[in-house]
Formats: sequence, C-alpha cells, structure tokens
Amino acid sequence: MFKLTKLLGHPLHELQSDVDEAVSPERYTLLRRKIIALMMAACLIPLSVMAVLNYYEHQNAMAREIQNPLRVLVNKTKNSFELFLTERSSTVSLIASAYTYQELNDEQKLARIFSVMKREFDGFVDLGLIDEHGTQVNYVGPYSLRGKNYADQRWFQEVRLKGKYVSDVFMGFRKFPHVIVAVQHMTEDGRTWILRATLDTRQFERIIASMSLEPDADAFLVNTQGLMQTSSNNYGKVLEKLTFPLPPQTYEPAVLTMIDPLGREVFLSYSYFPEADFVLMAVKPRSSVLKTWYTVRGDLLFIFVAGVAVVLFAAMRVTDALIQRMKESEERRELALRQVEHSQKLSSIGRLAAGVAHEINNPLAIINEKAGLMKDIIAMQGEFPAREKILAQVESVLRTVERCRGITHRMLGFARRMDVSIEELDLGEIVTECAGFLSNEAMHRKVEVRLDIDPLLPRINSDRSQLQQVFLNLFNNALAAVSDGGHIEATARPISGEEGEGVEIVVADNGCGMSDETLKHIFEPFFTTKKGKGTGLGLSITYGIIKRLGGEIAVESAQGVGTTLTITLPKGQREAMA
Amino acid sequence: MNTKDWKILLVDDEHEFITTLAERLELRGINPRVVFDGESALEAVAAAEPHVMVLDVLMPGIKGLEVLERIKRTNPNVQVLLLTGHGSTRDGIEGMRLGAFDYMMKPLNIDTLIEKMDSAIDYANKAAAAAKKGEGL
Repeated sequence: MFKLTKLLGHPLHELQSDVDEAVSPERYTLLRRKIIALMMAACLIPLSVMAVLNYYEHQNAMAREIQNPLRVLVNKTKNSFELFLTERSSTVSLIASAYTYQELNDEQKLARIFSVMKREFDGFVDLGLIDEHGTQVNYVGPYSLRGKNYADQRWFQEVRLKGKYVSDVFMGFRKFPHVIVAVQHMTEDGRTWILRATLDTRQFERIIASMSLEPDADAFLVNTQGLMQTSSNNYGKVLEKLTFPLPPQTYEPAVLTMIDPLGREVFLSYSYFPEADFVLMAVKPRSSVLKTWYTVRGDLLFIFVAGVAVVLFAAMRVTDALIQRMKESEERRELALRQVEHSQKLSSIGRLAAGVAHEINNPLAIINEKAGLMKDIIAMQGEFPAREKILAQVESVLRTVERCRGITHRMLGFARRMDVSIEELDLGEIVTECAGFLSNEAMHRKVEVRLDIDPLLPRINSDRSQLQQVFLNLFNNALAAVSDGGHIEATARPISGEEGEGVEIVVADNGCGMSDETLKHIFEPFFTTKKGKGTGLGLSITYGIIKRLGGEIAVESAQGVGTTLTITLPKGQREAMA
Repeated sequence: MNTKDWKILLVDDEHEFITTLAERLELRGINPRVVFDGESALEAVAAAEPHVMVLDVLMPGIKGLEVLERIKRTNPNVQVLLLTGHGSTRDGIEGMRLGAFDYMMKPLNIDTLIEKMDSAIDYANKAAAAAKKGEGL
C-alpha cells in the first residue's frame, strides 16, 4: 500500500523534483550573467565611446579657446614693447638728425633737449653724446658718466656697425639694470658721433602689468641668451638665467604646452622680437585655465556613473523579469511533459491491471463454478458424514473467490478510475488505514498524527477506493502544510440531521494555513499554492468524489494557525450516487 | 414458461468454466447447449434459435461483440447476455449499444444469471406478443 500511497499522493511532488533538476539554477545564473553583460555592453560601449570622444573634443575646444586669447595677448604686448622701443629710438634718431654735434655738446642745450624728451616720453633716464672714440663728451642724467669711455662695450660696437641699436638689459657702469637706445650720426665732414639715451626698465614692468594676468600666470622678457630681462614670479629675477630652455625661434606668437620647472603643466605663449634681442613670454598653468573644463568633466563623470548605474539597474531588473518568465515557462513545460509521462505510466498500469484482472477473473470464474457445482451437489445429497464440514469449506472457497473479485475490481478502480462501487464499509477503518500509509513520513518529520474514531460510528454505504483516495489526499495536504514537529488530528463521529444519519470526518492541522483569497479558490481545478509543486487538482478531485458520494466538504483556515477540512457522508446513498 | 422449456445457448472458450456452468444450470432444470467459439455459436443459432445466448466477449476467432452484431442482424429475437472477464463496464456498455439484453462480469453469481435469463425471456415474450398484436391490427 505504500506504493499505492505514492501513486496517489506523492507523484506530483516527485515530478516537481524531477522538473527542478531539469531546470538547473546554475543554467539560469549563467544565462542571467550573459544577458546582463550583453545589455551592459550594448549600452556602455556607445556611451563610453561618446564620453571619450566628448572628452577629447571638449578638451581640444577648450585648449583652442584658451590658446587663442593667450596668443593675441602676447602679440598685443609685444606690439606695445615694439612701439615703446621704436618711439624711443625714433626720438633719439630725430634729435641726432635735428641737432649738430656742437649743439648737442652744449651742456645747457642738451639738458633742455632731455627735459623735453622726458616730458613728452616716459622712460628716458639720461642722454649722452659720445664721440667717435667712445668717450662720452656730454651727459645729462642722474649719474656722473661724463668722460666715460664705451669703446670696449658691446653696444658701442653694435651701433658703430648698424647705425642704430637697442640693447638688452645690462648693468653697465652704473651697476643697475638698464636698456640703452643709441644712434650713430655722421657729419658732412665725415666725423661720426653717437647719441645715446638710457631707458628705465620699469617701463617694461608697466607694459607687462598692463596684460592683467591672473595671479598664477606669469609674463616676462628674456633675451636670446636666456637671461631674464624683467622679473618673473616663478622663473627668475632680472639678469638671472631662465629656468627652462628657450622655445624655437618665431616672430609670430606661438603657444605650446610644457611642464615647467615647478612641475606644472602650462601653456607657454611667446614671440621673438625682430628688431631687438628680446623674447616675450607668457605662462599660464593649464589647471587654472581648464578649471571650467574640470567642473564640466566632473559633471560629465557624474552623469556617466549615474547612467551606468541606471543602465545596470535596468538591465538587472529586465533580465530578472525575463529569466523569471523563462524559468516559469520552462517549469510549466517540463511539468506538462512529466505529467504526460506520468499519465502514460498510469495508462500502462491501467492496461496491465485490466490484463491481470481478465487473466485472474477467468480462473476465478472456473473456481467459482466448480465450487458452486460442489455446493449444488452437496445440497442435493442427503445427510452424510462431514457434510457440514465440506459445505463450510465450499462456502469458504466461494467467499475467497468473491474477495479476489473485489481485489481485481479495486485494482482497476485505482488505475482506471472505475465506476463508483458501493459497499457497506467501516469509515473509521479507512481513515485509520490511510493515516497509517503516512506514518513513515510523519515519524520521520516528528509530526504527530492523532486519530479520534467514535466507537459508535455507523457503517455506511459508499465507495471504498474513492474514499481511500479522498483521505490519502487530505492527509497528504495536511502533512505538506505542517512544519516538522506539528500535528494532524482526524476525528470521525456520527451525525444526524434533516437529511438523515451520516458521519462527519474532520481533518485538522496546525500548519501554515491559507489566506481568505486562497480559500475562495481552493476547490477550483488547477488552483494551487504550491508554486509549481502541485497540479491544483487534488482538492478539486476530492470535492468531486465527495459530491458524487452524496457528501459535503467544507474548509476553514487561518494563516499561521492551521486548516480544518470537514467532510460529511450519508449513511446510505443519495440521488447523487445514482 | 417453465425453465425446462428455455432454450439457452452458452458460448465461451473456457471449457472448464462453461461446462461446469452448464452442469449447474442442468441441476436447476435448465438444459443449455454449449459451444466453445463464435463460429459454432453462429451455426448453433442458425440451426436452432435459442431464447437466450450467454456470450463471452473475449474469445479466439470471432469475438463476442461481432457474434452479437451478426446474430442481431439474422436473429433479432435472440436475447444475448454478455460475459466479460475485464472487470470493466466498457465492453458491456458497448454490447448493450449493439443490442445485448444485459452484461455480467466474471465470476458469476448463478442466481443472478438465472434471474437475468428469466428477465430476458420475459422481455422477448412480451416483445413478440406486442409484435403479433401490431400485425393483427
């Protein structure tokens, strides 16, 4: 009978376990990972490419926008320098042309000329007349330089050679940084003399200050030997060596990026002077000029990371939903296949049972007829020794035949859902027998099964095999609902009412119980709460059987408290039995 | 009608069963004829029409349901009681559809069998009387 119990109550659980094995969780984990990876790749590769392109494009645009103003600024400042120097050298040239050597050699006249120069043009420090031997013959200015000889100085050689010369910054006799503008003049009699003016280098500082650079930026003049001509905030004082190499020579403003001696990445804009030994340089740290870009980059990075998070979240949610659908679909398909297989097995069992029944029923029929004939013959005979004893034996054979007939019919009843077969039966015995089928599992799970069968329970006319199926089903459900250590209680008692006498069987458990919503659908075909572990047919079939047998079934349940199923069956048959 | 006048034909390939059944019926005053296959049954009916034929469904050669179908075509007044060893009502119901009077499952209860024979003969007689009355009209 244990096998019979399995056939009736457990096969769907077994099917589910088979389905679970077929629908392997590892397979879905792998599939889930693949789908997420694919979705992430599909979303993130274009996003990343866009981000990278955007980064470089934006950076280039920013660099262009920064470099161009810097180039313009350097060009403008260089022009200011050139204008300043050209104006001063032109002034000196004009004076040299307008006045004779004798006039310029007149101390008072030279002083008057110098005072006009200073009034009209900023930056002149002094003015001196130097003869062809390099001796300063006349001088107006703050220093005592009259009589000094410049024949050995570089500027003197340069002006003798070129006729006009603007020096770079040097110390000279006065031991103070200065720039000179010198013009050579030749008289009609062939004598040459030089008019020389000194310029204050503070004018250079003023021009550089007019660039209005940011505090961390720098601008300065250097000569082509790399000596600082004006002070720099970061790269040396006047006449110190520039702390980085000179850039390639160009008279047009150029911009290049470099790492300066302070380790900063900087934009260096510069331009060489065509008429003087100067290079104007402006330096701007990249970090300061790209500050806005860094802000934008931070925003972009945040948007990128947030986008990735959103894509990841969406990909995971969509994938989870997709996988869940696939899983459910596959489970349903697998379960359906198993059910078909199970049905085929049952069908085979049915055919086998029919064959067995036929093969056994024929010999039984012979035994039945032979025993019947023996009984007939004995009945026709008069009294003879052992007559009663032999008759009793024949009766026993006939009863046994009847018993075997019942067995073959019940075999078919289980396997092929045969017609209702009514007999007088002891319901308490059936309940006890069905509970006994589950005793092994109950003992294993420490579930207490209590039976309370009223000794006055009347025998009823009903179908034994159908009732066996009902109570096996109810006990199986109760056992599935209770936790280990729980209890199941079955009581059977006689009842009497308007519809006559009958019996009431109550199967109660202290399991998980059911919600009101579940209770509404509990007897509907294919309704199940076992999430794929049941067909939802068990209670539906139970309901159908009880109704066919003229009975009633009711259910009460509370979540977390337990479930009570109450079945009433008539003592005799009702119309439903017909 | 007295049971001695009943014309009963028993058809089953199980010799032991059918001969013993015949013997028991004889003890009860019924004298059946016994044949062991479908072909012999058709010949027996053609030779002498019985009131009731007790016919096993599953036999070698011509099957019981085919014998029934043919008898009902040639001798519709013969009442047929089907015997089935399947323990299933399926063949019995199919037989009733083909015109069998009733069906019984093996092993038999002889009293029930005789009751059904009596009912069948009574039914046949009433049907014949009704037919005659119809002809007379």
